[in-house]
Formats: sequence, C-alpha cells, structure tokens
Amino acid sequence: MTPPVPPSPDLPVGAVVVIGGGTAALCAAIAARRAGASVILLDRAPPENRGGNTRHSRNLRIMHCAPSPLFPGSYDEADFHADLTKAAEGAGDEALGRLLIRRSAAVPDWLAAQGVAFQTIACGGLPWSRKTAFFLGGGTAMINTLYATATRLGIDIRHRSHVIGLSRDGAVTLADGAGGTRTVRARAVVVASGGYQANPVWLAEQWGDDAAELIVRGTPFAAGEPLRALFDLGAASVGTPGACHLVAVDGRLTEADGGIVTRVDGLDLGIAIDRDGKRFEDETTITGPTRYAQWGRRVAALPGRIAHAVWDADAVDRVPPAIVEPIRVESLEALAAFLAVPIADLAASAADSGRVTRAPFFTVPIRPGLTFTCYGVRIDDHSRVLTPDGEPLGCLFAAGMIMAPNVIGTGYLAGAALTIGAVFGRIAGEEAAEHALG
Amino acid sequence: MRLDDPREEARRVLRLCNVCNYCNGYCELFRAAERHRIFSDGDLATLAHLCHNCRNCWQACQYAPPHPFAVNVPLVLAELRLLSQTELAWPRPIAHLGLLTLAVSLLPVLLVLLLVPGESLFAAHTGPGAFYRVIPWATMSLAAALPLGWSLLALGVGLVRFWRAGGGARGAEMRAACPEALRDAILLRNLDGGGVGCDDGNGLPSFWRKRFHHLVLGGFLLCLASTMVATLYHHWLGLEAPYPVLSLPVILGSLGGLGLIAGSLGLLALKQGADPAPIAPAAVQSGRLLLGQLVAMAASGLVLLALRDSPAMGILLALHLGTVIGFFVALPHGKFAHAPYRAAALLRAALERRNDER
Repeated sequence: MTPPVPPSPDLPVGAVVVIGGGTAALCAAIAARRAGASVILLDRAPPENRGGNTRHSRNLRIMHCAPSPLFPGSYDEADFHADLTKAAEGAGDEALGRLLIRRSAAVPDWLAAQGVAFQTIACGGLPWSRKTAFFLGGGTAMINTLYATATRLGIDIRHRSHVIGLSRDGAVTLADGAGGTRTVRARAVVVASGGYQANPVWLAEQWGDDAAELIVRGTPFAAGEPLRALFDLGAASVGTPGACHLVAVDGRLTEADGGIVTRVDGLDLGIAIDRDGKRFEDETTITGPTRYAQWGRRVAALPGRIAHAVWDADAVDRVPPAIVEPIRVESLEALAAFLAVPIADLAASAADSGRVTRAPFFTVPIRPGLTFTCYGVRIDDHSRVLTPDGEPLGCLFAAGMIMAPNVIGTGYLAGAALTIGAVFGRIAGEEAAEHALG
Repeated sequence: MRLDDPREEARRVLRLCNVCNYCNGYCELFRAAERHRIFSDGDLATLAHLCHNCRNCWQACQYAPPHPFAVNVPLVLAELRLLSQTELAWPRPIAHLGLLTLAVSLLPVLLVLLLVPGESLFAAHTGPGAFYRVIPWATMSLAAALPLGWSLLALGVGLVRFWRAGGGARGAEMRAACPEALRDAILLRNLDGGGVGCDDGNGLPSFWRKRFHHLVLGGFLLCLASTMVATLYHHWLGLEAPYPVLSLPVILGSLGGLGLIAGSLGLLALKQGADPAPIAPAAVQSGRLLLGQLVAMAASGLVLLALRDSPAMGILLALHLGTVIGFFVALPHGKFAHAPYRAAALLRAALERRNDER
C-alpha cells in the first residue's frame, strides 16, 4: 500500500510545475505531490508518446549490500563509485556522485511504493546483472504505472504542452499552438525535460548542417527549449555542447523512437566499410557491451556519417538476429555496384579481413543513432539550478538528463540515466514542494 | 508496417520481440519464442497457444501503434490461434456454429413436446428413475454419448496434428515434462502477468481474469466429476437419478454449476470493458459463445435441480440435456478447443525448458 497523501494545502493550483514526461519528471511530480504541493505536469508529447526516453529503457543501476530477489550479487558504494568515476572520466562532481550512489539504494522500494513492478531473477529470462534492477515489462510499463499513480494522486497532467520560456520567479511560458503564448505561474518549477537530441538546429552548432543525419533513437519531443530557456536566464552549464551518446543503428530505420531494436550487431563477424569501400577499424577488436557505442562514435566521424556492414555466407547465420534482414547480393561486384564503391577497394577490404570470402554477401547500412546529449545545467545537492556564481537560480530545480553531466560528465554507464532520473527527480520534487509550501 | 497474413505478421513481430526481450518476465510465450531464430508454421501455432491473452505486453510495448513498428502481440496471436484451429479442425470447420448449437440445444425440447404424451411430460415425477420416465435412460445416454464421442475424436485428430506440427512426440521425455505442464495448465501460471495480474485496459492490473478463469475451469471439472460419480452410482450401486440434495453428484454438480456461472459472467463482464485494440473480434465472439453455453448449461441444470419435483421437470430436463448436447457438438469447433491446444503448448514449453537445463 502507498502511504496516504497529505491534504492539498490552500495554495493556488500549480504550486509546483514539473516540465517533462519521463522518469525524472514523474518522480519529481509524485514526490512533490506526496510532500503536500499541488502539481501540474507539462509534457511536450501527446499521451500515446508519453514517457520521454524512459519508454525505451529497461533497468536502473542500484547500490545494494546483499543479494536479493532483484540482484544475484551485491554492488556496494565503492564498486558503484569506481564505475561512475571511470565513466565520467573525472568530469563528475564528487559530492553529487556520492549522493546519487547512496540515494540509489532506496529507489527500488520507493518506486515499488508507487506501484512499479520489477522482474525478479526467479522469473527467468534476465541477463545476469548484479548492478542493475529490471522493470517488469520495461520502461514503458513503469511509465504507465507512474502516470496511473500520478493521476490517482491528483496531479494535473497536461500533454502537448510546449514550454518555450521560463523565469526565475516561476512563470512558465507555453506556445499555444496558434502562434501565441500563455503563461502558467508556479511557486517552484522542476525542469526535467532531458537534452536537446531531437533538435537538429541546435545540434548543427557543433555537428554542422548534416546533424539531421544523426538518427534520434528516443523521443522526437526532446527539442531542448526548456534547457535553452535556463541558459538564457543565466544557468551555469555542465557537460560539453554537442557531446552525445551515439550507437550504431540500421540506417534503413530512420524514424525516431527506434529504441534498442535498431542497433547493428555482429560487425566482428564481417567487415565495416566507409562510403568509399574502405575499412576503418579492426572489427574484431570492438567487442563487449560498449561495442554499439564504439561503432556509433566511429561512424559519426566518417565522411557522410555512414558505413556499411558486410558479411559473407558463412558468417551471416551467426550474426545476432535483427528486426530487418540484411540485404542479400550475389557477388562482390554486385555489392560494389549496390553500394556505389570501387570494386577494387571493396575487394581489397574483403580480402584483407579474411572474413568475407564466400558468396552470397549480406549488407546493412550503418548510421549513428543519437540517444541523448551530454550538455545541461549545474545543480546543487538540493537539485536547485545554479548560476555560474553558485547561487540558486530563483525557484528553478532540475532533474534527469538535463543535469546528468553533473555526475557523469559526457560518459555513459548502463542503467545510470534512469537512476539519475529517479534519485534527482525525487530530490527535486521534495525540495520544490518545500520551497513552494515554505 | 502490419502485414495482412497473420503468420507473416507473427514472424515479423516475434522476430522484433526476440531482439527487444523486455516482456520476457510476463509469460512463457516470450521465453519460448527466444528459442527460435526462424519460426515454422507449427512453432507459430504452439507459441500462439502459449499466449493466455493477459495483454500486459500490449500495455508495456514501446513499439505499439502509433509507433511505425506497430507491434501488437496479443492481437496477432489471437488471429493465429483462430487460423490454426480452423486449419487443424477435422473433419472441417463448421460455419454458423452459434446457430447450430442453439438449434441443437433446443431440439430435445421440441422432441419431447412432440413425442412424449402431455400427461407424462407435464406430470410431477418423483423417486428413483423419475427423469427416465420422461426421457428413457438409453435415449438420453445415446443422445449425449454419440456427439461427445464424435467431438472427442475430432478434437483428438486436431490435437495430434497440432502436436506433430509443433515438433512431434518424444516418449519418455514427454512423460517427464507432463507434471510441470499440468501444473502450468491447472494453476494458469501464465495469467499471472509476471506477478502483477493482467491489465484489462483500465491501467490497473488485477487478478480477476485469472480468478474468473479458475472458477470456470474448476466449475467445469466439478461438473465432470459429478457426471462421473453419477455414472458410477447408476452402474455399480444401481442407484438411479434423481439423487438426494446431499448426495455427492448433486453437491459436486451444484458447486460446479455455480462456479461456471460466476466465472463465465465475470469473464463476460471483463470482456465488456476491455481495450479493443489487442483483441481479435472473432475470438471475442467465440469466447462469448462458449461462456454463454456454459452459463446456459449450468443454469438449466440448477433450475432443473430446484424444480425437479414439479410438473416443469420434463421440459427443464430436455432443455438441460439440449444445452449439454449443444456443448458437446461445439467442442472441437469453438473456443473450448483452446484448452487442449494450450495444454499441449504448455507441454511443449515444459519439454523445451527441460532441454535448456541440460
């Protein structure tokens, strides 16, 4: 059973406004509501696309001292700290990192109290993971549960809310869809709207005009306007403009929200060639859980931001299944013609590798898929947005990927994004409620 | 992106499910699908029957429409169940099953009205053999046994075809997997929704579907037991129906009947409020027909019990007999067939689990 909600105080509607629709936003909204504030949630997406990038997630990284139904082993603070430090490459804030790790321990129980179900090891089907807990049914199932809980708690959820401006004193400006604007006033605002990975114009500042070639793997609604508004108000930045998490995805699947099933795997069984038919990497050296990201970075750096995987008849059956079959061609000549690369270069690439010999051949175009950007706002341990002087920026709080570089820099750690959302979402919600009610 | 042919669509969707895997905590279907890189028609029929239609995977799917991948696992598997049951049916599927069963159910009433003299039909009969003074025992037994025997044969042929298409028998191994499969079938473990229950479309998962299904299953088994005990009474103990209210056949049958009615009405009510997107309309129709038949069979039996000493007994007996015969006739062609096919699919899954462990 969930604990009772304190009576709603006598405040104007919207004492706390939360901007966003993923884990951080939902956790902030629920925490603020449970702390007694009235809450409005403003999500850019329509209801059928709600959930931000959490829709595509599955697990969160949790510190825990003993095996449990969710974890086959233990993962203590030192372990987690070592992983986080390595991923952040020294760019993370030590105190906020420790806060994340320690507060992560309470996340499964807190989410369970909001109705979220986890997949137990006994249930079967899970990869062995002592570091992360898995949602039953994945992130969309969790999001559904959190929205149901938020609705039950009386949180005012407004989809298709396009936030374009913020102020230090809690005025939130929305585009009304007809060229005008309207304003929602709050005593505290939690900005949990993620990065700007779905904004090719902003990305073009570092990536150039072909930023649109980066395939958005998550929500197409992460345009980053609230982040821009925070910078316009004088928020201090963390992370690096233009830095982002990239993975290798099937270039035939270009629509947003492809999630995890569009990744290209099995490159170590064949070759990867650039648009001129030349190899650019020893494919067999790129292995392990980070192989998708390693390939994503490399392909993003190639001319035209494209590569092609090629396997031969012997290898193709060992390539892990993908949702779309590779393209089959009967000879190297036909492949060269199909890819519009010089046959001499393609033949040399195939011969050098020693792995592409027997016809027919199979190919898949590879594009960089963009998961999230690594550029956000600096916060303190109350999740308050800070100015470059270290002063809180009015009544503005931030949680989730918009502040993730505070703890992880421009690095990536599996399951950490969800934990950052849950931990700092809850902190931001509780602190915003206190600010609004105090 | 949805394909018209249910089998091709199931291949497309399950292939995607195998890459994603997020739902493998919900039920056996996803864990069984992971064992296949390519899906034969027989594999697909087996997998389709592993789905208990809890629909949690539909609610949880990150690729459900309006996503362009348009994944809808419960829908395509429901279509596939209908398709494979039609194809496996022997001698061949029956059109207008609802009308046929209605006609068969009402036929005995018509026949007794025509053939039994009014002074006997509308008299109050009591004591041992009372029923048989309206419809002779041999007539009643034959009228029930013939359609039942035929239907069991037809169901058996379908089941053998289903089992062969799914990979065939494996003697001792199969016997070893039976207890596990029986447990999964009786406990309806795959209606647990991974431990949270099933979501019928209102966003709040619950165990009501499983409870109602258990009431139907339990009620059906109790009625079966009642009939078997009554048969023993008749042949071994020489005791003729109607039996006293506190006798074993009446107690088992009454409890079974109440279970059937409560469970069927519950399931019908859940269907009423359900999200239509993951549901095949034809499957809902055949489900309603079966549940309606079960309610008619149980209710006519209970009313017969209540009024068996009155002049209405003759007509009620004919009506109850008619509903039972109608149920027997529809057995292999309607929704009931999902029970043996599902049990066989659970046996296949139990077999493969045991293979994995080796």
